[in-house]
Amino acid sequence: MYVAVKGGEVAIRNAHRLLDDRRRGDRTVPALTLEQITGQLALSVDRVMAEGSLYDPELAAMAIRQARGDLIEAIFLLRAYRTTLPRLGPSRPLDTGRMRIERRISATYKDLPGGQLLGPTFDYTHRLIDPAMAGAEPIEAPERRPCHPDSNWPRVTDLLGDEDLIEPDGEGAEEPGDLTRDPVSFPTDRAVRLQALARGDEGFLLALGYSTQRGYGRTHPFVGEIRIGFVVVEVDIPELGFSICIGEIRVTECQMVSQFTGNGSESPRFTRGYGLVFGQSERKAMAMSLVERALRAEEFDEERLAPAQDEEFVLEHCDNVAATGFVEHLKLPHYVDFQAELELLRRLRREQEERSRAPQAAGADETREVAE
Amino acid sequence: MTKASPLPDYNFAYLDEGTKRMIRRAVLKAIAIPGYQVPFASREMPMPYGWGTGGVQVTASIIGPTDVLKVIDQGADDTINAVSIRSFFQKTAAVQTTTHTNEASIIQTRHRIPETPLRADQILVYQVPIPEPLRFLEPRETETRTMHALEEYGLMHVKLYEDIARHDHIATTYAYPVKVAGRYVMDPSPIPKFDNPKMDRSPALQLFGAGREKRIYALPPFIEVKSLDFEDHPFSIQRFDKPCALCGAEGVYLDEVITDDRGGRMFVCSDTDHCQSRLTQGQGPTGPLASSGEEAGR
Repeated sequence: MYVAVKGGEVAIRNAHRLLDDRRRGDRTVPALTLEQITGQLALSVDRVMAEGSLYDPELAAMAIRQARGDLIEAIFLLRAYRTTLPRLGPSRPLDTGRMRIERRISATYKDLPGGQLLGPTFDYTHRLIDPAMAGAEPIEAPERRPCHPDSNWPRVTDLLGDEDLIEPDGEGAEEPGDLTRDPVSFPTDRAVRLQALARGDEGFLLALGYSTQRGYGRTHPFVGEIRIGFVVVEVDIPELGFSICIGEIRVTECQMVSQFTGNGSESPRFTRGYGLVFGQSERKAMAMSLVERALRAEEFDEERLAPAQDEEFVLEHCDNVAATGFVEHLKLPHYVDFQAELELLRRLRREQEERSRAPQAAGADETREVAE
Repeated sequence: MTKASPLPDYNFAYLDEGTKRMIRRAVLKAIAIPGYQVPFASREMPMPYGWGTGGVQVTASIIGPTDVLKVIDQGADDTINAVSIRSFFQKTAAVQTTTHTNEASIIQTRHRIPETPLRADQILVYQVPIPEPLRFLEPRETETRTMHALEEYGLMHVKLYEDIARHDHIATTYAYPVKVAGRYVMDPSPIPKFDNPKMDRSPALQLFGAGREKRIYALPPFIEVKSLDFEDHPFSIQRFDKPCALCGAEGVYLDEVITDDRGGRMFVCSDTDHCQSRLTQGQGPTGPLASSGEEAGR
């Protein structure tokens, strides 16, 4: 009976064997392949890569399979692997203006150079469960447009910027901080904040972004533009003296055109909220841009009252790997601390009982309490 | 899969040498400023945050091939998380491990200090969930750092005073705040306050790692560690009415084990090594083994 409260290596091993069994499920059903996961659960893979801060669809698919589809667990697996990788250096800033676009929409202009492109979206689908999803009916090939490498897709914020109607984007010449390599100290700069949000929990950011729309730190947002597509990643090689392309990644970018500022000396201009996420994740990119703008309250002398405007609150709690670890650590044994609390509680109750048994003493106690 | 093996060979004790150096620098700074929380670039570890990632990183940075490691959780060597962390270091560092306090050169602990007094050639590494003793009085890090800088600890004393006014006792029973060398107020991690006096002037180096909160702090050997109290309400530790039901030890911290559903309980050593060693030496309980049916509250 004494042993029963303690665990052991055998128990752990057996638990993990059972986990392996449940993960595999019915052996007569073929096992999931990584191609199936990356191909048919692509948005799960994208989320795991985004919040795991590692762009590797194959590893993300492995993590999803290993985690039995638990995406936060998969994100954790990817993060724990990522942390072992050497950091070679920063890339050049991505040029999303030169994106190979799959989807691009603007809510601020009906038409604009390059046009609006819906791409593969759930928008305007009727959310009716499709009976075809129960089977494997053939899917017809999609309509495709020719891709012109030189086609012009200016960013909406650049169009506004040409007229000086929106704040400039800054140079970003310095190497940004890296919150996975340096401890964060508050207040942070915008680069570190964006980094934290980019790997922050989608659900948490969604709720916070939503709260700004409901009046908790309102920012009067307009979706200037959302674009999804491929951008090249370039790194500077000091030995060569020029940059080379190391690959292409799919990203979702959201530029939120927000509340304008200005005073007597400065002409009024729109401000920016920015969201950039690995893969296709409009919801995350939009929520991120709302929260990012809300967090810039200080810059614009806005009153900071809402949770979404509170940098320490948002950044300290947006990481789902940290959050899940600490919430779930309550499962660990705490009986030493609990015993300490029990002991005190029993003592307090005993003392109270003794007091109620001796009425004079209780009276004396009351007078003393009043005196205190 | 095109990659034959996507997973790398890990360095000795998992962390790369650059990371270890960074952590050792933080440790040195922490030793130089006893009780001060040094921010460090905590890494993501292959175990969850809140499960000992800070302690594991500190241990991984200071451990060498000749070290002998002991890992305890709640005082016990065989609790699941202790087993898991011990096997992590067996796997990644192939070091010798032990359950005997006096054989270990590094002891990683969660929530207890061993009953056996530590020596100068030993290091105690604590796993810390919330390193900031003022956190539950002031949630903001920017504020608490200023409070520490200005040595502004009035709020803590007010909290302890309010406990006394309300309960006639200081209602903090674990993670009981201490003042280090008359300067920094420090969280001793969630050890029962029973263990607080063991920290005072301990010959062993004591290191505290909080992975999720990215902080390291330390108590150098023989440093003064004083539990906060008032002149008219001096600090006192928990006392148990009975000795350990297994080994008969007195003046040790006991776990309460419920033995049946009729209020039967027994109290046994929380430090399993201490209990085992005494049993091996032929010590035993003075009274009946299990005091079943004993009234709750004793």
